[in-house]
Amino acid sequence: MKSFNPRAIGLALLGPAIAIVASVLVTTLVIAAVGSSPGDFWSTMFDFPKPRSRVDIVNQTAMIYTAAVAAAIGFRMGLFNIGLEGQYTLASYAAAAFAGGAYLSGFANVFVSLLIAVAVGAAWSAIAGILKTTRGVSEVISTIMLNSIAITLVGYLLNKYGVHEGNTVHTTRIDLVSGWTPFENRDGEIWTLVIIAVLAGVGFWVLLNKTRFGFDLRASGQSETVAKASGVNPHRMIITAMALSGGVAGLIWMPALFGKATNFGLGTTFQAGLGFLGIAVALLGRNRPIGMLFGALLFAYLSVKSNDLTFATDVSPSIVQITQGVAVLAVVVAYEVVRRWRARLEQRVVAQELGTATEATA
Amino acid sequence: MTQESVAVELRGIGKRFPGVIANHDVDLTIRAGTVHALIGENGAGKSTLMKILYGVQKPDDGTIAINGREVALRTPTDAIANGVGMVFQHFMLADNLTVLENMVLGAEKLHGIGDRARAEIRRISDAFGFGLQPDVLVEKLGVADRQRLEIAKVLYRGACIIILDEPTAVLVPQEVDALFANLRELRNAGNAVLFISHKLDEVLAIADDITVMRRGTTVGTADPHTTTKRELAELMVGSELPSPETEESTVTDTVELTLANVTLADEFGRNLLTDVSLSIHRGEILGIAGVEGNGQAELVETIMGMRIPGGGTIHLGTEDVTHWHTRKLREAGIGYIPEDRHRHGLLLDAPLWENRILGHQTQAPNAKGPWINRSGARKDTQRIVAEYDVRAPGIDTPARALSGGNQQKLIVGREMSGDPVLLIASHPTRGVDVGAQAAIWDHIKRARRAGLAVLLISADLDELIGLSDTIQVILRGRLVGTFDPASVTPQDLGAAMTGGQAA
Amino acid sequence: MTTTTTTPSPVSRVRNAARANWLFIALGAVAAVSLVRILTDTNDLTSVGTIRAAIIATCPILMAGLGGLWAERAGVVNIGLEGQMVLGTWGAAFFTYHSGSPWVGILGAALLGMIGGLLHAIATVTFGVDHIVSGVAINLIGVGATTYLAEATFTDLEGGGPRQLIGLPTPTTIDRIPGISGPAADLADKHWFFISDVASFVAALTTKISLLSLVIFALVVASGWILWKTSFGLRLRSCGENPQAAETLGVNVYLYKYVAVLISGAMAGIGGGFLALVASSGFSTNQTNGRGYIGLAAMIFGNWRPGGLLAGALTFGYTDSLRLRDTHAVHSLLLLVAVALIAITVLRIVRKQIAGAVAMAVPGAALLVWFLSTDSVPRDFTSMTPYVTTLFVLALGTQRLRMPAADGRPYRKGSAG
Repeated sequence: MKSFNPRAIGLALLGPAIAIVASVLVTTLVIAAVGSSPGDFWSTMFDFPKPRSRVDIVNQTAMIYTAAVAAAIGFRMGLFNIGLEGQYTLASYAAAAFAGGAYLSGFANVFVSLLIAVAVGAAWSAIAGILKTTRGVSEVISTIMLNSIAITLVGYLLNKYGVHEGNTVHTTRIDLVSGWTPFENRDGEIWTLVIIAVLAGVGFWVLLNKTRFGFDLRASGQSETVAKASGVNPHRMIITAMALSGGVAGLIWMPALFGKATNFGLGTTFQAGLGFLGIAVALLGRNRPIGMLFGALLFAYLSVKSNDLTFATDVSPSIVQITQGVAVLAVVVAYEVVRRWRARLEQRVVAQELGTATEATA
Repeated sequence: MTQESVAVELRGIGKRFPGVIANHDVDLTIRAGTVHALIGENGAGKSTLMKILYGVQKPDDGTIAINGREVALRTPTDAIANGVGMVFQHFMLADNLTVLENMVLGAEKLHGIGDRARAEIRRISDAFGFGLQPDVLVEKLGVADRQRLEIAKVLYRGACIIILDEPTAVLVPQEVDALFANLRELRNAGNAVLFISHKLDEVLAIADDITVMRRGTTVGTADPHTTTKRELAELMVGSELPSPETEESTVTDTVELTLANVTLADEFGRNLLTDVSLSIHRGEILGIAGVEGNGQAELVETIMGMRIPGGGTIHLGTEDVTHWHTRKLREAGIGYIPEDRHRHGLLLDAPLWENRILGHQTQAPNAKGPWINRSGARKDTQRIVAEYDVRAPGIDTPARALSGGNQQKLIVGREMSGDPVLLIASHPTRGVDVGAQAAIWDHIKRARRAGLAVLLISADLDELIGLSDTIQVILRGRLVGTFDPASVTPQDLGAAMTGGQAA
Repeated sequence: MTTTTTTPSPVSRVRNAARANWLFIALGAVAAVSLVRILTDTNDLTSVGTIRAAIIATCPILMAGLGGLWAERAGVVNIGLEGQMVLGTWGAAFFTYHSGSPWVGILGAALLGMIGGLLHAIATVTFGVDHIVSGVAINLIGVGATTYLAEATFTDLEGGGPRQLIGLPTPTTIDRIPGISGPAADLADKHWFFISDVASFVAALTTKISLLSLVIFALVVASGWILWKTSFGLRLRSCGENPQAAETLGVNVYLYKYVAVLISGAMAGIGGGFLALVASSGFSTNQTNGRGYIGLAAMIFGNWRPGGLLAGALTFGYTDSLRLRDTHAVHSLLLLVAVALIAITVLRIVRKQIAGAVAMAVPGAALLVWFLSTDSVPRDFTSMTPYVTTLFVLALGTQRLRMPAADGRPYRKGSAG
């Protein structure tokens, strides 16, 4: 990690490069296959975004990045928290409901709401952690189940305690936290709580690379048996990591809640799907803080810019979902290929430098 | 033995993996109707050679002739078609399938998958006394039964050249005897049996011919009737067989580790350890001898807090540590050289300096409070690499890229750091070249002089006798005898290890 | 087949016992439902209409589960089922519209699902990518591709729109089987204990049932037969249990894994086709709504076996169909589950498994209190049933579940020995 030799960096960038080429290729082919013009599509997409879109991209990047960090915490210790979606839906509802209750005022209300989001997200994902450690239930299956349960539960709670307005139902409206307006007023503002993403990214990096806990977490991810022999308590580690991942997941939608949405409404104000995007971006960025930042930016850019397609071309904006999906699949395949290649390369390098190549390792 | 026809002839076989030459210039001739032993140390290239003969891997050079005809074995299917069958060291059985299903898999065309196959299995089983029941799930079978099933699988496919890779490693002595009886019957039926081992007593007991491998190539043959164990061992190692020399006792009166009636059961309630009591003083090396799989691994993992004993107590010094967790035990000064480096000792994809931290995450110079001390760990890794002669391009190299011996030296160096009070060493020199072996012995002896208490577990009896102050023998999870290494012979230990005699 | 034995071999006795067990469980379940129906006076619980709705709800779950079964028996975890299924919905609509035949549409659904399966196989088998990761990506691609393709291909069609395509021809429906349908329906209307419930089931299976439903039930039987009774099936399963061992015996593991995952995708695709052509009036985007995951849950519930899978899918399909009907009926179901849990509690106390008894008694008592203190169950809670049930089954029965030993593990050629 310390030595910056060009070959290592080249190898690290090779995966994403292959993935981008593959997704561009597939996207182009799909567009051409249904008879639209790929040229129009790409020129619209590469058109420099307008101020309004730029603001949107920043806001979206922040939320996707937070989700990616939440997923990465699990991935780095070999846990698949597929349940981000349920965790942040439930946590967002809880925080919005509390904030709407206005038990506290001003800053205190926001702060405690955030704490509630973290606590609810952590508690919900800890269920999967506890099921895994006490009953041996795979976290993949349990978090998938918990996703559906959470979303149904929120629907029920919202119906029962929410504010009904016509056909829609939502939590009580709250006061927004004013953000930063980089352009004109009509171009919107960058939400204050975008800072959550910055803190999550920095915190994640420090936690992983600078702390004992982070070392234990990474060790557990690389080999459970080795970690155990080194003194890591695997059960405690699983529950802690799941809770941490869910806690961060709880914060995913908070910037939007206090920045623009004012309330939580399923299918209306609430933005679903960020959890799965976060998983995808974590995979794309290889669970590294910087890599995920680029991934989040790319996904946010694609999502926001795809809105322009409706006016400028006959290509449906949903095409970017294909681009995103192919990018993820291609990148994991590319990483695997590069990993095998690198392992072979490293062995050869060591053998050359030592000049002894006869001792076989079992 | 009257038959002189050649069943298998390997000439000039070579196989290279990236960075490693696993086999080169291997010549091997196996006569039909004989048991042929292939011996060599771990890492000598025996397993690779067998995979080549069974078509799992393709040789880069050389020729293979079976019954006088040159063949190309690209896949196991080719090998099977040429009458070669293999019993792997780690059994190749699917637990959740029945004996019948495991048997017919891949050979469905021979006798179908129904009653005809069932009848054929009964026939083979009866002919050799295997006692196999076709419709039992394999997970219900014991180790010896699984091995017989593996041999039957080979016979079912009509093999006449049968390879057994370290077949006795997992067996208790009675089972070894039964296996040898089976092998003799197979030989008498005209089959060629290739028996791979590094246990010289067994080789001398069963083999008609012996070929020795060292460092990837065949270095000689021997006649089991005239050769001695020592000669074979020296052929295997390639030089005068080193053995650690006993030094004068440094045993003190202070007890460092005490186990009292420690009992451990598995998930089915069977005892893995029964009433184990022992004590190690400061400056003492206690050696544990035993056939592999008699509870050594469980004993170590119990002391290390990775398993919680069902009964009995463990004291470190005067402190009751029975229910302590691994981390706390390590912080209290226990060093641990695990039996399986890859499973318990190293993060293979992490750089060396991170592996220096492993197991000592909370201790200086690796940590400051809750933080990792990167520069401290790196500096100390440099020290270990220099002091223990770990041959690596640098401390940022991933551990995976190192050879087994260098990986082991890193572990030994790490576990000796920070002045441990107790060292648990499982097979500390396994898979290590001769030079490194002597160095590791020196390090252990030096630490012992400084007052370190050591629990030494080894399959190498010479190592045990040379290093230990006391030797205890473990058999089926019990300590069954105590010996003084000054007067004991490997033969005495061997007898006790197999339950022949308890002193 | 030269030997003829008069005494059954021990194993066939065991298998017969297992079969008898399933039969007893099925009969017991019907009896329990019947009892609750009579006690709470909710005849809708097993009316012909309810059972018919239940069968329609079961079929897609069954196909997704069957897809899971094929893949996981070969050692590949396929959580991309959802994506493959959703691709199937589009495939069914597209090919039915352009060919005019719903059966061509079903083949199209299978083809689209298979393309999803192929992607999964390339990633997991050839490149050794983690199965979950690949599955997540395939779900993203599946949903995205379906949404995009629907907008691109259905918008200008008759009955179509950017998000739907309706008015498609449907697979043949069998209106009635003379001599069975009528009497069974009459018997069902008598509301007798047990007999009427069984008759209701018979009536639903023989009246106004889509031929595709029957095909799907046949596919379950066929899958079971192929996987457990043929040497092809044995080889395929060996790849899920111990691929290294299979390799040493000359089985081409990659090939079998590919075949299994392709069939898996096709099954999920057909499930999607059923949703678009039979279960609803046409295609709409995101029609699967998590049924791929429920199918996976049904397969786990069924212990990776076709019989268990069928039971799981029927349970989930049944609760799903009740959700759309009388809330009173669901409320009665609470009593049923409570009684079942309490029965298991008693059984465990008799067997002196105290911890297990407590684990059953607590939810049992809670459900009973819930039943006694309320008059209806919110619909939301009914739709949670499959997920909560699966969590319970996993939490309480993990030790008894037996998934293929090498399920989800990466495998590389030449790794044997």
